[in-house]
Amino acid sequence: MLIQSSGIGKGARMYSQGLIGASHEETETPEFLKAFQRRIDAEEKIEPNDPMPEAYRKTLIRQIGQHAHSEIVGMLPEGNWLTRAPSLKRKAILLSKVQDEGGHGLYLYAAAETLGVSREEMTEQLLAGRAKFSSIFNYPTLSWADIGAIGWLVDGAAIMNQIPLCRCSYGPYARAMIRICKEESFHQRQGYEIMLTLCRGTAAQKAMAQDALDRLWWPSLMMFGPHDSDSAHGEQSMKWKIKRFTNDELRQKFVDATVPQAEFLGLTVPDPELRWNEATGHYEFGAPDWDEFWRVVKGGGPMTRDRVAARRKAWEEGAWVREAALAHAAKRKARDAAAKTAAE
Amino acid sequence: MTERDALFTLLIRLADDHLVLGHRLSEWCGHAPMLEEDLALPNMALDLIGQARSLYARAGEVEGAGRTEDDYAYLREERGFRNLLLVERPNGDFARTVLRNLYFAAFMRPWWEAAQGSTDGTLAAIAGKAVKESAYHVRHSAEWAIRLGDGTEESARRMKEAVEELHPYTEELFDRDEATETLAAAGLAPDPAAMRPAWDEAIRAVFAEARLEVPEVPYPLRGGRAGLHTEHLGHMLAPMQYLARAHPGASW
Repeated sequence: MLIQSSGIGKGARMYSQGLIGASHEETETPEFLKAFQRRIDAEEKIEPNDPMPEAYRKTLIRQIGQHAHSEIVGMLPEGNWLTRAPSLKRKAILLSKVQDEGGHGLYLYAAAETLGVSREEMTEQLLAGRAKFSSIFNYPTLSWADIGAIGWLVDGAAIMNQIPLCRCSYGPYARAMIRICKEESFHQRQGYEIMLTLCRGTAAQKAMAQDALDRLWWPSLMMFGPHDSDSAHGEQSMKWKIKRFTNDELRQKFVDATVPQAEFLGLTVPDPELRWNEATGHYEFGAPDWDEFWRVVKGGGPMTRDRVAARRKAWEEGAWVREAALAHAAKRKARDAAAKTAAE
Repeated sequence: MTERDALFTLLIRLADDHLVLGHRLSEWCGHAPMLEEDLALPNMALDLIGQARSLYARAGEVEGAGRTEDDYAYLREERGFRNLLLVERPNGDFARTVLRNLYFAAFMRPWWEAAQGSTDGTLAAIAGKAVKESAYHVRHSAEWAIRLGDGTEESARRMKEAVEELHPYTEELFDRDEATETLAAAGLAPDPAAMRPAWDEAIRAVFAEARLEVPEVPYPLRGGRAGLHTEHLGHMLAPMQYLARAHPGASW
């Protein structure tokens, strides 16, 4: 059982509780679907109690759930360096960043709960290996420079994806994204600052930075998802204004923004096909290894099993704590009720 | 002992306490029993490491040998650390983690309160911020100690075991020596032994609600203040210091 031990997220949970498990059956007549699309086209926000097509609800539950899981699982690769951060300042910054990621997970679970799914159900799906999380977190963090590269590239890619989500048609998701994007933007700058410090440091530090870029560049490009022609949910999500740009458009924006940053660091992007195209005003770049992408997405990433196992271990080993909190709350309630009866 | 030497000794002791406990709490990140605690534990770790940094910085000024916070944290070995044995105890289960926090925070809260009147302006300022943070740490750990102590049979058993394991380390909180006496006489820092009544009362109140008994401690365990640690500290410092030591002189 999931319990709320602190005030965080409580409001959202209580608000949404009435919705969890509620009937969402709408009669999806052509008129209903047309009226819904008109609201979307008029840039109206869809709110939790509004009628919505079941497929819209399901798409959002899947997407917000995956996003929340990514934040939570994403705590692990960065947490991997918390105990080994090379200075107290870096240790404090990383702690704060990892804590932000957990907070993002919390708001996102709360946003998904407004669609009628509980955090407990979503957690169970993750632990059973049925829910996905961002492909990037299936890779290991092998050096301190990976902490810089994650901030710079991974949070940078996340921002490209997420800024348009602040205008997503579903109100609770869009609003959650506004705060998340502000924090991600800070994370991206701190990651870049780690890279800059390494690149201006010793030869060994610079080599560490280049190695991190070599390993994380392609997985970062894969974060935008498959090529548009292979994207299962792309077109409908664009129509519903859940998505505002296609995967390939976002990937291009990311490459255009990131390559000059790599040049400023004095690092080499590991893509022999990378070149500036004066005519289009964009970089041309090589194709990621899509076989690797699909292997990772389907659960064959180098850390996939370990990430889920770590979450499962935390959940199972924490079961007695959650049970105790519920038992204590029940005892307290019973005692309060008995005291009230005695007073009457 | 000069007042300056006594102040330096105190600052290093306190900074080490906060760094070691903060590091221990950071080991939980991503592995806590629930998401709320995955936020609360790093949050407290951050408070403690922040306090450690301020204390090391002040220690560096008092010492006047040009050492930085990172020199103290990363370039001393086990025998150089002066933290309490209590804070270096491994996390164990959530019951042990919560109780260790409660024991430490219930001491620091009244200590910080009193330290706001220190004649060392920097220490008084650090205390002004830390007193609020330690109040939260007491609240968080006391609430959990009560939930677990008066929760299920299993949680009550685990809390009881935690008390048996950790209580012998609490005497060291109140130890006096030449440094503490010099500082108390000069109004530079509160006498740790003077925190005893407030600590006893805080623990008694929580234990009463948590249905726990305060045990007799025939053989208190101490030694951290003299650099005589348990075997656990070295294993904590090894990962903590490896990267900084592998690249001598590098900036991060």
